[in-house]
Amino acid sequence: MQPVKIAEDIYWVGAIDWDVRNFHGYTTQRGASYNAYLIVDENITLIDTVKPQFCDEMLKRISQVVEPEKIDYIIANHVEMDHSGSLPLVMERAKNATVITSPKGLQGLKKHYKKEWNFQAVKTGDNLNIGKRNISFILTPMVHWPDNMIGYLVEDKILFSNDAFGQHLASSERFDDQLPLQIVLEEAKKYYGNIVLPYGNQVAKALEAAADLDIEIIAPSHGVIWRSHIPEIIEQYRKWCANETEEAAVIIYDTMWTSTEKIAYAVQAAFEAKGIPTKMRNLKTNHISDIITDVVTAKYICVGSPTLNNNMLPTVAGFLTYLKGLAPKNRVGLAFGSYGWGGQSVSQVEAVLEECGFDLLKQVKVQYIPDDSELQEITDKLKGELS
Amino acid sequence: MTKYECTACGYVYDPAQGDPENGIAPGTAFADLPEDWVCPLCGVGKEEFEEVK
Repeated sequence: MQPVKIAEDIYWVGAIDWDVRNFHGYTTQRGASYNAYLIVDENITLIDTVKPQFCDEMLKRISQVVEPEKIDYIIANHVEMDHSGSLPLVMERAKNATVITSPKGLQGLKKHYKKEWNFQAVKTGDNLNIGKRNISFILTPMVHWPDNMIGYLVEDKILFSNDAFGQHLASSERFDDQLPLQIVLEEAKKYYGNIVLPYGNQVAKALEAAADLDIEIIAPSHGVIWRSHIPEIIEQYRKWCANETEEAAVIIYDTMWTSTEKIAYAVQAAFEAKGIPTKMRNLKTNHISDIITDVVTAKYICVGSPTLNNNMLPTVAGFLTYLKGLAPKNRVGLAFGSYGWGGQSVSQVEAVLEECGFDLLKQVKVQYIPDDSELQEITDKLKGELS
Repeated sequence: MTKYECTACGYVYDPAQGDPENGIAPGTAFADLPEDWVCPLCGVGKEEFEEVK
Protein backbone atom coordinates (compact mmCIF):
# COMPACT_ATOMS: atom_id res chain seq x y z
CA MET A 1 0.00 0.00 0.00
CA GLN A 2 2.34 2.63 -1.29
CA PRO A 3 1.52 6.24 -1.99
CA VAL A 4 2.23 7.14 -5.62
CA LYS A 5 4.14 10.32 -6.31
CA ILE A 6 2.52 12.32 -9.10
CA ALA A 7 4.70 15.43 -8.81
CA GLU A 8 7.20 16.81 -6.31
CA ASP A 9 5.57 16.57 -2.84
CA ILE A 10 2.24 15.53 -4.36
CA TYR A 11 0.98 11.99 -3.88
CA TRP A 12 -1.93 9.79 -4.82
CA VAL A 13 -3.10 8.28 -1.52
CA GLY A 14 -6.42 6.73 -2.56
CA ALA A 15 -7.81 3.22 -2.45
CA ILE A 16 -8.40 0.50 -5.00
CA ASP A 17 -11.68 -1.40 -4.93
CA TRP A 18 -10.91 -4.54 -6.89
CA ASP A 19 -14.15 -6.23 -5.87
CA VAL A 20 -16.91 -3.75 -6.61
CA ARG A 21 -19.14 -4.91 -9.46
CA ASN A 22 -22.17 -2.77 -8.75
CA PHE A 23 -21.67 0.90 -8.05
CA HIS A 24 -25.13 2.18 -7.02
CA GLY A 25 -26.62 0.24 -9.91
CA TYR A 26 -23.84 0.84 -12.43
CA THR A 27 -21.96 -2.36 -13.29
CA THR A 28 -18.25 -2.00 -12.72
CA GLN A 29 -16.72 -5.06 -14.33
CA ARG A 30 -13.25 -3.58 -13.97
CA GLY A 31 -13.69 -2.52 -10.34
CA ALA A 32 -13.05 1.06 -9.23
CA SER A 33 -10.65 3.34 -7.44
CA TYR A 34 -11.32 6.23 -5.10
CA ASN A 35 -8.61 8.78 -5.54
CA ALA A 36 -7.41 11.04 -2.76
CA TYR A 37 -4.38 13.28 -3.13
CA LEU A 38 -1.94 14.61 -0.58
CA ILE A 39 0.04 17.81 -1.04
CA VAL A 40 2.95 18.28 1.32
CA ASP A 41 3.55 22.01 1.67
CA GLU A 42 3.69 24.36 4.66
CA ASN A 43 0.07 23.40 5.15
CA ILE A 44 -0.51 19.70 4.56
CA THR A 45 -3.50 19.37 2.29
CA LEU A 46 -5.61 16.33 1.49
CA ILE A 47 -7.82 16.49 -1.56
CA ASP A 48 -10.93 14.33 -1.15
CA THR A 49 -11.09 11.05 0.73
CA VAL A 50 -12.33 7.54 -0.10
CA LYS A 51 -15.33 5.28 0.56
CA PRO A 52 -15.52 4.76 4.32
CA GLN A 53 -14.67 1.05 4.22
CA PHE A 54 -11.38 1.96 2.51
CA CYS A 55 -10.35 4.64 5.00
CA ASP A 56 -7.62 2.46 6.55
CA GLU A 57 -6.05 1.86 3.18
CA MET A 58 -5.91 5.60 2.54
CA LEU A 59 -4.55 6.36 6.02
CA LYS A 60 -1.79 3.78 5.56
CA ARG A 61 -0.75 5.47 2.34
CA ILE A 62 -0.88 8.92 3.93
CA SER A 63 1.13 7.71 6.94
CA GLN A 64 4.05 6.79 4.72
CA VAL A 65 4.34 10.44 3.74
CA VAL A 66 3.15 12.34 6.84
CA GLU A 67 1.28 11.58 10.02
CA PRO A 68 -2.45 12.09 9.32
CA GLU A 69 -2.61 14.24 12.48
CA LYS A 70 -0.58 16.87 10.62
CA ILE A 71 -3.17 17.46 7.91
CA ASP A 72 -4.21 21.14 7.91
CA TYR A 73 -6.72 21.25 5.09
CA ILE A 74 -9.08 18.70 3.63
CA ILE A 75 -10.63 19.79 0.38
CA ALA A 76 -14.01 18.13 -0.10
CA ASN A 77 -14.80 18.66 -3.77
CA HIS A 78 -17.95 16.54 -3.65
CA VAL A 79 -20.30 15.34 -0.92
CA GLU A 80 -21.06 11.89 -2.36
CA MET A 81 -19.82 9.26 0.07
CA ASP A 82 -17.24 7.61 -2.15
CA HIS A 83 -15.32 10.89 -1.71
CA SER A 84 -16.44 12.34 1.60
CA GLY A 85 -17.18 9.08 3.40
CA SER A 86 -13.85 8.90 5.23
CA LEU A 87 -14.05 12.48 6.51
CA PRO A 88 -15.37 11.50 9.98
CA LEU A 89 -12.50 9.07 10.55
CA VAL A 90 -9.86 11.39 9.12
CA MET A 91 -11.18 14.28 11.23
CA GLU A 92 -10.78 12.11 14.35
CA ARG A 93 -7.06 12.00 13.55
CA ALA A 94 -6.59 15.46 12.07
CA LYS A 95 -8.53 17.25 14.77
CA ASN A 96 -7.51 20.77 13.81
CA ALA A 97 -7.94 20.43 10.09
CA THR A 98 -10.23 22.76 8.17
CA VAL A 99 -12.63 21.29 5.63
CA ILE A 100 -12.72 23.39 2.49
CA THR A 101 -15.84 22.93 0.39
CA SER A 102 -18.40 24.74 -1.75
CA PRO A 103 -21.42 26.49 -0.15
CA LYS A 104 -23.65 23.56 -1.22
CA GLY A 105 -20.94 21.17 -0.06
CA LEU A 106 -21.09 22.78 3.37
CA GLN A 107 -24.83 22.13 3.59
CA GLY A 108 -24.44 18.59 2.26
CA LEU A 109 -21.56 17.60 4.54
CA LYS A 110 -23.40 18.92 7.61
CA LYS A 111 -26.49 16.91 6.64
CA HIS A 112 -24.45 13.78 6.01
CA TYR A 113 -22.21 13.76 9.08
CA LYS A 114 -23.88 16.08 11.63
CA LYS A 115 -20.49 17.40 12.72
CA GLU A 116 -19.35 20.90 13.55
CA TRP A 117 -15.91 20.67 12.01
CA ASN A 118 -13.93 23.76 11.05
CA PHE A 119 -15.43 24.52 7.69
CA GLN A 120 -14.50 27.08 5.11
CA ALA A 121 -16.79 27.56 2.12
CA VAL A 122 -15.22 28.72 -1.12
CA LYS A 123 -16.61 29.93 -4.42
CA THR A 124 -15.31 30.24 -7.96
CA GLY A 125 -12.14 32.32 -8.09
CA ASP A 126 -11.27 31.85 -4.43
CA ASN A 127 -7.68 30.97 -3.75
CA LEU A 128 -6.22 28.89 -0.93
CA ASN A 129 -2.57 29.47 -0.15
CA ILE A 130 -0.94 26.40 1.38
CA GLY A 131 2.64 27.68 1.51
CA LYS A 132 4.57 27.67 -1.74
CA ARG A 133 1.47 26.68 -3.61
CA ASN A 134 -2.00 28.01 -4.32
CA ILE A 135 -5.18 26.16 -5.07
CA SER A 136 -7.78 28.00 -7.09
CA PHE A 137 -11.38 26.77 -6.98
CA ILE A 138 -14.06 26.58 -9.63
CA LEU A 139 -17.59 25.59 -8.63
CA THR A 140 -19.06 23.08 -11.07
CA PRO A 141 -22.67 22.74 -9.87
CA MET A 142 -24.47 19.71 -11.28
CA VAL A 143 -21.32 18.09 -12.62
CA HIS A 144 -22.85 16.05 -11.19
CA TRP A 145 -24.31 17.18 -7.80
CA PRO A 146 -25.08 20.74 -6.68
CA ASP A 147 -22.01 20.72 -4.42
CA ASN A 148 -19.35 19.76 -6.96
CA MET A 149 -16.25 21.87 -7.36
CA ILE A 150 -12.79 21.38 -8.80
CA GLY A 151 -9.43 22.72 -7.70
CA TYR A 152 -6.47 23.89 -9.76
CA LEU A 153 -3.03 23.71 -8.23
CA VAL A 154 -1.55 26.77 -9.85
CA GLU A 155 2.21 26.20 -9.49
CA ASP A 156 2.14 22.52 -10.50
CA LYS A 157 -0.56 22.95 -13.18
CA ILE A 158 -2.62 20.08 -11.82
CA LEU A 159 -6.40 20.08 -12.11
CA PHE A 160 -8.10 18.06 -9.39
CA SER A 161 -11.26 17.42 -11.36
CA ASN A 162 -13.15 15.17 -8.94
CA ASP A 163 -15.71 13.07 -10.89
CA ALA A 164 -15.13 14.83 -14.21
CA PHE A 165 -12.80 12.78 -16.44
CA GLY A 166 -13.12 9.81 -14.07
CA GLN A 167 -13.39 6.14 -14.93
CA HIS A 168 -14.39 3.12 -12.86
CA LEU A 169 -11.28 1.07 -13.26
CA ALA A 170 -9.28 -0.77 -10.61
CA SER A 171 -5.61 -0.99 -11.53
CA SER A 172 -2.20 -0.93 -9.95
CA GLU A 173 -1.26 1.53 -12.70
CA ARG A 174 -2.06 5.12 -11.85
CA PHE A 175 -1.53 6.95 -15.15
CA ASP A 176 -3.30 7.04 -18.50
CA ASP A 177 -0.16 6.01 -20.39
CA GLN A 178 0.29 2.81 -18.39
CA LEU A 179 -2.85 1.09 -19.67
CA PRO A 180 -4.23 0.62 -23.18
CA LEU A 181 -5.82 3.97 -24.05
CA GLN A 182 -8.86 2.31 -25.61
CA ILE A 183 -9.78 0.69 -22.30
CA VAL A 184 -9.36 3.93 -20.38
CA LEU A 185 -11.44 5.90 -22.89
CA GLU A 186 -14.14 3.23 -22.95
CA GLU A 187 -14.44 3.36 -19.16
CA ALA A 188 -14.39 7.17 -19.29
CA LYS A 189 -17.26 7.01 -21.80
CA LYS A 190 -19.24 4.61 -19.63
CA TYR A 191 -18.65 6.87 -16.63
CA TYR A 192 -19.75 9.95 -18.57
CA GLY A 193 -22.87 8.17 -19.84
CA ASN A 194 -24.00 6.86 -16.48
CA ILE A 195 -23.00 9.75 -14.24
CA VAL A 196 -22.56 12.98 -16.16
CA LEU A 197 -24.71 12.72 -19.31
CA PRO A 198 -27.71 14.75 -18.07
CA TYR A 199 -25.50 17.75 -17.35
CA GLY A 200 -23.96 18.45 -20.76
CA ASN A 201 -24.59 22.19 -20.56
CA GLN A 202 -22.84 22.44 -17.22
CA VAL A 203 -19.94 20.32 -18.49
CA ALA A 204 -19.58 22.72 -21.41
CA LYS A 205 -19.36 25.64 -18.95
CA ALA A 206 -16.81 23.78 -16.83
CA LEU A 207 -14.72 23.02 -19.93
CA GLU A 208 -14.88 26.71 -20.85
CA ALA A 209 -13.60 27.66 -17.41
CA ALA A 210 -10.86 25.02 -17.61
CA ALA A 211 -9.82 26.12 -21.11
CA ASP A 212 -8.08 29.17 -19.63
CA LEU A 213 -5.89 26.98 -17.44
CA ASP A 214 -2.52 25.60 -18.36
CA ILE A 215 -3.00 21.96 -17.40
CA GLU A 216 -0.24 19.37 -17.25
CA ILE A 217 -2.07 16.78 -15.16
CA ILE A 218 -5.76 16.04 -14.64
CA ALA A 219 -6.20 14.13 -11.40
CA PRO A 220 -9.77 12.79 -11.21
CA SER A 221 -11.39 11.09 -8.23
CA HIS A 222 -11.81 7.74 -10.00
CA GLY A 223 -9.51 5.74 -12.24
CA VAL A 224 -6.20 6.71 -13.78
CA ILE A 225 -4.61 10.15 -13.79
CA TRP A 226 -4.40 11.94 -17.15
CA ARG A 227 -0.93 13.18 -18.05
CA SER A 228 -0.25 11.93 -21.59
CA HIS A 229 -3.70 11.97 -23.20
CA ILE A 230 -5.24 15.19 -21.90
CA PRO A 231 -6.16 16.54 -25.38
CA GLU A 232 -7.89 13.24 -26.21
CA ILE A 233 -10.08 13.13 -23.11
CA ILE A 234 -10.92 16.86 -23.35
CA GLU A 235 -11.95 16.36 -26.97
CA GLN A 236 -14.15 13.40 -26.04
CA TYR A 237 -15.82 15.42 -23.28
CA ARG A 238 -16.39 18.27 -25.70
CA LYS A 239 -18.19 15.91 -28.10
CA TRP A 240 -20.14 14.08 -25.42
CA CYS A 241 -21.38 17.23 -23.70
CA ALA A 242 -22.46 18.71 -27.04
CA ASN A 243 -24.42 15.48 -27.73
CA GLU A 244 -22.51 15.07 -30.98
CA THR A 245 -23.59 11.69 -32.31
CA GLU A 246 -22.23 9.19 -34.81
CA GLU A 247 -24.22 7.44 -37.54
CA ALA A 248 -24.74 4.37 -35.38
CA ALA A 249 -27.75 2.53 -33.98
CA VAL A 250 -28.39 0.77 -30.68
CA ILE A 251 -31.26 -1.71 -30.79
CA ILE A 252 -32.48 -2.38 -27.26
CA TYR A 253 -35.22 -4.92 -26.66
CA ASP A 254 -36.66 -7.69 -24.58
CA THR A 255 -38.71 -10.53 -25.97
CA MET A 256 -41.08 -13.26 -24.72
CA TRP A 257 -41.52 -15.76 -27.57
CA THR A 258 -38.81 -14.27 -29.84
CA SER A 259 -41.22 -12.28 -32.05
CA THR A 260 -39.94 -8.91 -30.83
CA GLU A 261 -36.43 -10.27 -31.27
CA LYS A 262 -37.20 -11.12 -34.89
CA ILE A 263 -38.39 -7.55 -35.41
CA ALA A 264 -35.20 -6.29 -33.74
CA TYR A 265 -33.10 -8.14 -36.29
CA ALA A 266 -35.30 -6.93 -39.18
CA VAL A 267 -34.65 -3.40 -37.90
CA GLN A 268 -30.94 -4.16 -37.74
CA ALA A 269 -31.01 -5.40 -41.34
CA ALA A 270 -32.23 -1.98 -42.48
CA PHE A 271 -29.37 -0.17 -40.72
CA GLU A 272 -26.91 -2.75 -42.04
CA ALA A 273 -28.17 -2.17 -45.59
CA LYS A 274 -27.52 1.55 -45.13
CA GLY A 275 -24.00 0.90 -43.85
CA ILE A 276 -24.87 2.13 -40.35
CA PRO A 277 -23.13 0.18 -37.56
CA THR A 278 -25.51 -1.37 -35.02
CA LYS A 279 -25.35 -2.90 -31.57
CA MET A 280 -27.93 -5.49 -30.51
CA ARG A 281 -28.72 -5.10 -26.82
CA ASN A 282 -31.08 -7.71 -25.44
CA LEU A 283 -32.13 -6.52 -21.98
CA LYS A 284 -32.02 -10.09 -20.67
CA THR A 285 -28.28 -10.30 -21.36
CA ASN A 286 -27.10 -6.67 -21.16
CA HIS A 287 -27.06 -4.36 -18.18
CA ILE A 288 -28.65 -0.95 -18.68
CA SER A 289 -25.46 0.80 -17.59
CA ASP A 290 -23.50 -0.97 -20.35
CA ILE A 291 -26.13 -0.06 -22.93
CA ILE A 292 -25.78 3.60 -21.95
CA THR A 293 -22.12 3.50 -23.04
CA ASP A 294 -23.37 2.84 -26.57
CA VAL A 295 -26.11 5.45 -26.23
CA VAL A 296 -23.62 8.25 -25.48
CA THR A 297 -22.60 8.52 -29.14
CA ALA A 298 -25.32 6.66 -31.09
CA LYS A 299 -27.73 8.70 -33.19
CA TYR A 300 -30.44 6.02 -33.46
CA ILE A 301 -32.02 4.62 -30.30
CA CYS A 302 -34.42 1.77 -31.19
CA VAL A 303 -36.42 0.25 -28.34
CA GLY A 304 -38.60 -2.84 -28.60
CA SER A 305 -41.03 -4.56 -26.24
CA PRO A 306 -43.81 -7.07 -26.61
CA THR A 307 -47.06 -6.34 -24.80
CA LEU A 308 -47.54 -8.12 -21.48
CA ASN A 309 -50.74 -7.48 -19.51
CA ASN A 310 -51.43 -4.33 -21.56
CA ASN A 311 -47.98 -2.92 -20.77
CA MET A 312 -44.42 -2.98 -21.97
CA LEU A 313 -42.12 -5.46 -20.23
CA PRO A 314 -40.72 -4.27 -16.87
CA THR A 315 -37.16 -4.60 -18.17
CA VAL A 316 -37.93 -2.19 -21.00
CA ALA A 317 -39.76 0.20 -18.66
CA GLY A 318 -36.71 0.15 -16.37
CA PHE A 319 -34.36 0.93 -19.23
CA LEU A 320 -36.57 3.76 -20.50
CA THR A 321 -36.79 5.34 -17.05
CA TYR A 322 -33.01 5.27 -16.85
CA LEU A 323 -32.64 6.64 -20.39
CA LYS A 324 -35.10 9.47 -19.81
CA GLY A 325 -33.28 10.56 -16.66
CA LEU A 326 -29.91 10.58 -18.42
CA ALA A 327 -31.48 12.82 -21.09
CA PRO A 328 -29.38 12.25 -24.21
CA LYS A 329 -30.24 14.81 -26.88
CA ASN A 330 -30.25 15.07 -30.68
CA ARG A 331 -31.35 11.45 -31.19
CA VAL A 332 -33.69 9.58 -33.47
CA GLY A 333 -35.96 7.03 -31.79
CA LEU A 334 -37.81 4.00 -33.05
CA ALA A 335 -40.35 1.95 -31.06
CA PHE A 336 -41.15 -1.60 -32.07
CA GLY A 337 -42.68 -4.78 -30.71
CA SER A 338 -44.98 -7.73 -31.15
CA TYR A 339 -48.26 -8.44 -29.42
CA GLY A 340 -51.02 -11.00 -29.17
CA TRP A 341 -53.94 -8.67 -28.51
CA GLY A 342 -54.07 -5.09 -27.32
CA GLY A 343 -50.52 -4.19 -28.36
CA GLN A 344 -50.20 -1.14 -26.11
CA SER A 345 -46.47 -1.56 -25.48
CA VAL A 346 -45.22 -0.02 -28.72
CA SER A 347 -47.05 3.26 -28.23
CA GLN A 348 -45.97 3.32 -24.60
CA VAL A 349 -42.33 2.96 -25.64
CA GLU A 350 -42.81 5.58 -28.31
CA ALA A 351 -44.38 8.00 -25.81
CA VAL A 352 -41.25 7.85 -23.65
CA LEU A 353 -38.95 8.33 -26.63
CA GLU A 354 -41.03 11.36 -27.53
CA GLU A 355 -40.78 12.70 -23.97
CA CYS A 356 -37.02 12.34 -24.36
CA GLY A 357 -37.33 14.84 -27.21
CA PHE A 358 -36.18 12.40 -29.89
CA ASP A 359 -37.23 12.64 -33.51
CA LEU A 360 -39.22 9.51 -34.27
CA LEU A 361 -39.12 6.94 -37.02
CA LYS A 362 -42.41 5.21 -37.80
CA GLN A 363 -43.22 2.64 -35.14
CA VAL A 364 -43.22 -1.07 -36.00
CA LYS A 365 -45.88 -3.34 -34.52
CA VAL A 366 -46.68 -6.93 -35.50
CA GLN A 367 -49.38 -9.27 -34.17
CA TYR A 368 -48.16 -12.70 -33.04
CA ILE A 369 -45.22 -14.01 -35.08
CA PRO A 370 -43.81 -11.92 -37.93
CA ASP A 371 -43.27 -14.13 -41.01
CA ASP A 372 -40.49 -13.68 -43.51
CA SER A 373 -42.45 -11.37 -45.75
CA GLU A 374 -43.49 -9.16 -42.83
CA LEU A 375 -39.89 -9.00 -41.64
CA GLN A 376 -38.73 -8.08 -45.13
CA GLU A 377 -41.37 -5.38 -45.26
CA ILE A 378 -40.15 -3.96 -41.91
CA THR A 379 -36.59 -3.83 -43.24
CA ASP A 380 -37.60 -2.29 -46.56
CA LYS A 381 -39.81 0.40 -45.03
CA LEU A 382 -37.15 1.39 -42.52
CA LYS A 383 -34.50 1.48 -45.25
CA GLY A 384 -36.77 3.86 -47.12
CA GLU A 385 -37.13 6.10 -44.06
CA LEU A 386 -33.37 6.15 -43.50
CA SER A 387 -32.70 7.30 -47.06
CA MET B 1 -37.58 42.35 -11.51
CA THR B 2 -36.95 39.94 -8.68
CA LYS B 3 -34.48 37.11 -9.04
CA TYR B 4 -35.19 33.64 -7.66
CA GLU B 5 -32.66 31.07 -6.50
CA CYS B 6 -33.01 27.30 -6.74
CA THR B 7 -32.62 25.97 -3.21
CA ALA B 8 -31.48 22.59 -4.56
CA CYS B 9 -28.53 23.63 -6.70
CA GLY B 10 -28.04 27.38 -6.39
CA TYR B 11 -29.08 28.34 -9.93
CA VAL B 12 -30.41 31.90 -10.04
CA TYR B 13 -33.31 32.74 -12.35
CA ASP B 14 -32.80 36.25 -13.60
CA PRO B 15 -35.93 37.59 -15.33
CA ALA B 16 -33.77 39.98 -17.38
CA GLN B 17 -32.03 36.96 -18.95
CA GLY B 18 -34.99 34.56 -19.00
CA ASP B 19 -34.18 30.97 -19.97
CA PRO B 20 -33.98 31.14 -23.76
CA GLU B 21 -32.65 27.57 -24.10
CA ASN B 22 -35.96 26.40 -22.72
CA GLY B 23 -38.19 28.83 -24.54
CA ILE B 24 -38.40 31.53 -21.84
CA ALA B 25 -37.89 34.99 -23.31
CA PRO B 26 -35.83 37.63 -21.51
CA GLY B 27 -38.11 39.83 -19.45
CA THR B 28 -40.29 36.98 -18.17
CA ALA B 29 -41.05 37.40 -14.46
CA PHE B 30 -40.61 34.32 -12.28
CA ALA B 31 -44.35 34.30 -11.52
CA ASP B 32 -45.08 34.14 -15.25
CA LEU B 33 -42.96 31.06 -15.86
CA PRO B 34 -45.12 28.10 -16.89
CA GLU B 35 -46.02 25.74 -14.04
CA ASP B 36 -44.09 22.89 -15.68
CA TRP B 37 -40.89 24.96 -16.01
CA VAL B 38 -38.02 23.30 -14.15
CA CYS B 39 -34.61 24.47 -13.01
CA PRO B 40 -32.41 24.31 -16.13
CA LEU B 41 -29.46 23.28 -13.98
CA CYS B 42 -30.81 20.47 -11.78
CA GLY B 43 -34.38 19.80 -12.89
CA VAL B 44 -36.43 20.58 -9.75
CA GLY B 45 -39.77 22.44 -9.98
CA LYS B 46 -40.64 26.11 -9.39
CA GLU B 47 -41.73 25.38 -5.81
CA GLU B 48 -38.08 24.76 -4.89
CA PHE B 49 -37.16 28.38 -5.69
CA GLU B 50 -36.86 31.22 -3.21
CA GLU B 51 -36.83 34.94 -3.79
CA VAL B 52 -33.34 36.47 -3.71
CA LYS B 53 -33.38 39.26 -1.16
